[in-house]
Amino acid sequence: MSTSTAQTRKPRLDFKDRVAGLPKPVKIVLWALFAVFLFALPLLNIPFITTEDSDFGGVLFTVATYVLVALGLNIVVGYAGLLDLGYVGFYAIGAYVVGVLSSAHASLPWLVAVPIAIVVAMISGVILGAPTLRVRGDYLAIVTLGFGEIVRLTLVNSQWLGGARGITDIPRPPGIELFEVPSLDWSNGTPVVDLDNTTTFLKFGIGDFVPYYWLALVIIVLVLVFDILVKNSRVGRAWEATREDEDAAELMGVPTFRFKLLAFSLGAAIGGLSGALFAGKAGFISPDSFQLLLSILFIAAVVVGGAGNRVGVILGAIVVSYFPERFREFADFRVLVFGLALMVLAIFRPQGILPPGRTRRVKRADEREQVLEEGLPDA
Amino acid sequence: MQFLIDNFAALTITGLAIGAVYALIALGYTFVYGVLRLINFAHSEVFMYGSFAAVWVVMILGGNVSGSTGQVIFWVAMMFVAAMLMSGFVAVVIERVAYRPLRKRNAPPLIALISAIGASFVLSEAMGLREKIARWFGLDDTLRDYVSNSRNNVPLPTIIKPQGVFNLFGYEVTNVDIFVIVGAIAMMIVLDQFVSRSRLGRGIRAVAMDPEAAALMGVNRDRVIRVTFLVGGVMAGAAAVFYLLKIGITRYDVGFILGVKAFTAAVLGGIGNLRGALLGGFVLGLAENYGSAIVGTQWKDVVSFLLLIVILLFRPTGLLGESLGKARA
Repeated sequence: MSTSTAQTRKPRLDFKDRVAGLPKPVKIVLWALFAVFLFALPLLNIPFITTEDSDFGGVLFTVATYVLVALGLNIVVGYAGLLDLGYVGFYAIGAYVVGVLSSAHASLPWLVAVPIAIVVAMISGVILGAPTLRVRGDYLAIVTLGFGEIVRLTLVNSQWLGGARGITDIPRPPGIELFEVPSLDWSNGTPVVDLDNTTTFLKFGIGDFVPYYWLALVIIVLVLVFDILVKNSRVGRAWEATREDEDAAELMGVPTFRFKLLAFSLGAAIGGLSGALFAGKAGFISPDSFQLLLSILFIAAVVVGGAGNRVGVILGAIVVSYFPERFREFADFRVLVFGLALMVLAIFRPQGILPPGRTRRVKRADEREQVLEEGLPDA
Repeated sequence: MQFLIDNFAALTITGLAIGAVYALIALGYTFVYGVLRLINFAHSEVFMYGSFAAVWVVMILGGNVSGSTGQVIFWVAMMFVAAMLMSGFVAVVIERVAYRPLRKRNAPPLIALISAIGASFVLSEAMGLREKIARWFGLDDTLRDYVSNSRNNVPLPTIIKPQGVFNLFGYEVTNVDIFVIVGAIAMMIVLDQFVSRSRLGRGIRAVAMDPEAAALMGVNRDRVIRVTFLVGGVMAGAAAVFYLLKIGITRYDVGFILGVKAFTAAVLGGIGNLRGALLGGFVLGLAENYGSAIVGTQWKDVVSFLLLIVILLFRPTGLLGESLGKARA
């Protein structure tokens, strides 16, 4: 009897399957609409979502940098399973390379400095990873944490890098002023197009951070495409094997050390890119922007979202960066509430907000096995 | 370099004193790691709460610099009692609230790190906001001395005046230095005996070695874990008293950098290894002091982290190797 119920029970379609079942043109249109919505978000000024106390464009830019960082860190923590507590070091290296090359000691344009920043961050990832990736997981955590602090303290103590005062006058990304985009005004309860409050398309200025958000969004899309390609390739499978059982992977002929190093340096490169983006928007960087706490927030974003699931870590990054900004009315209690939220999330979603597909597969397999062993649990 | 040679004795003694504090905090990390295989990120706040309890108890008792010997002994004893009780309590609460629910759900180890980070934020912010929290209860006037300026440094009223006791190569070793170093080593010896001889210590070692086999042999795992947190917390409380006597101030975020240092010390000596924590603490304290004498104080922390990286390269499991269970089974 119990087996018959198992067979007749219709498999519940979850959201993902339903979306996957849609015809292709519909999917393309939906994705395009979603993309347009994301780009228009800072101009829509939707009540409740929009932050009242701080510029919404700026907040969205911050959220976008966190998303970028989380995607990079996800390669290291989620795919390769290496706990990196010093990710802020690469973020700082990216920002400082841009600062040094475009303001402090040379005057390269921002666009030229960014690729150099990415490469330098990547090389620093290799330099840190090559000796330390041989130590086991938990040791790696403290070594990387130490690395993050070494980077920050070097910035503080090196006069060549501006010392504690940092680097100012970093040039902004090049822009063109094409047309004005109006925003919506909700003050009467219904949306009205507000022609007085406009954003110039691609003018990277000082007062209006919306174009920076657009730039960040474009970069996120590029990184996502790269992420999907790498994850589905041989490299992605090698990471998964290494993460699950390093010795077994090694026995199967996976050069685990080389793949771990690759993950580490790719993650570092994306961290450097985010740092470069941050430097271009802020125009000013100092060691204070790269506290150890930031590394911990980055890790929190990845783990809270669900390490290994790229949509999950994006959500995690949004949780970690957006909520403290949105709930500024809690003012002093922000960090406390954030800490509570982390604990609650950890207890109620131990696999993260969106666990990676593998975790769900394993769970289902476990359930099936249990059914085989003990029969269906009778209610 | 000349500075190092001239001040060698002074650097050694201060290095040992601060190293003793690192070692005592490191014990908490090592203990929990040995039993649960996870980094108790909230342990730094355990230390911080102990330090506040110690300061407050001296304030309540009206401790001052002109106390008689008997009074000073009483004050210091009360500092230990208050700090150890508070730290032990906080550690057990952390285990109950942040770790046990996860263990019950078989959560992946990484998520325990997040819940610990959350607990750490909550604890340190609660201390940093104590003035506002007291105001909710209308107690901010009554408790003014204890809660005002809650984001600032809180000094310990001076109760022991540092006095030179004997001269070591030109450095007056003070009574505080001796008390801190000797006291910390004594605590370590007591703990070492507790772990290797008592019934509970045997339980801790058993769980560290093989949790499942220990459970099959009738060891109550939950109880052992609770005791582990309690002992780690009590040691952090003692560390807080030594730290206050040596440094003299505390604040709501004092735990963070000290915690990172102590964890470094634990890893340096071989995490999960009690004697390793002691050795790691002293090595770290000394290296920091010598290093900053050679390359400048501002590079102090860089020296300690570089030392850690170099040691891990050559001894991947720390100076004395890991495992609470295997060390002296």
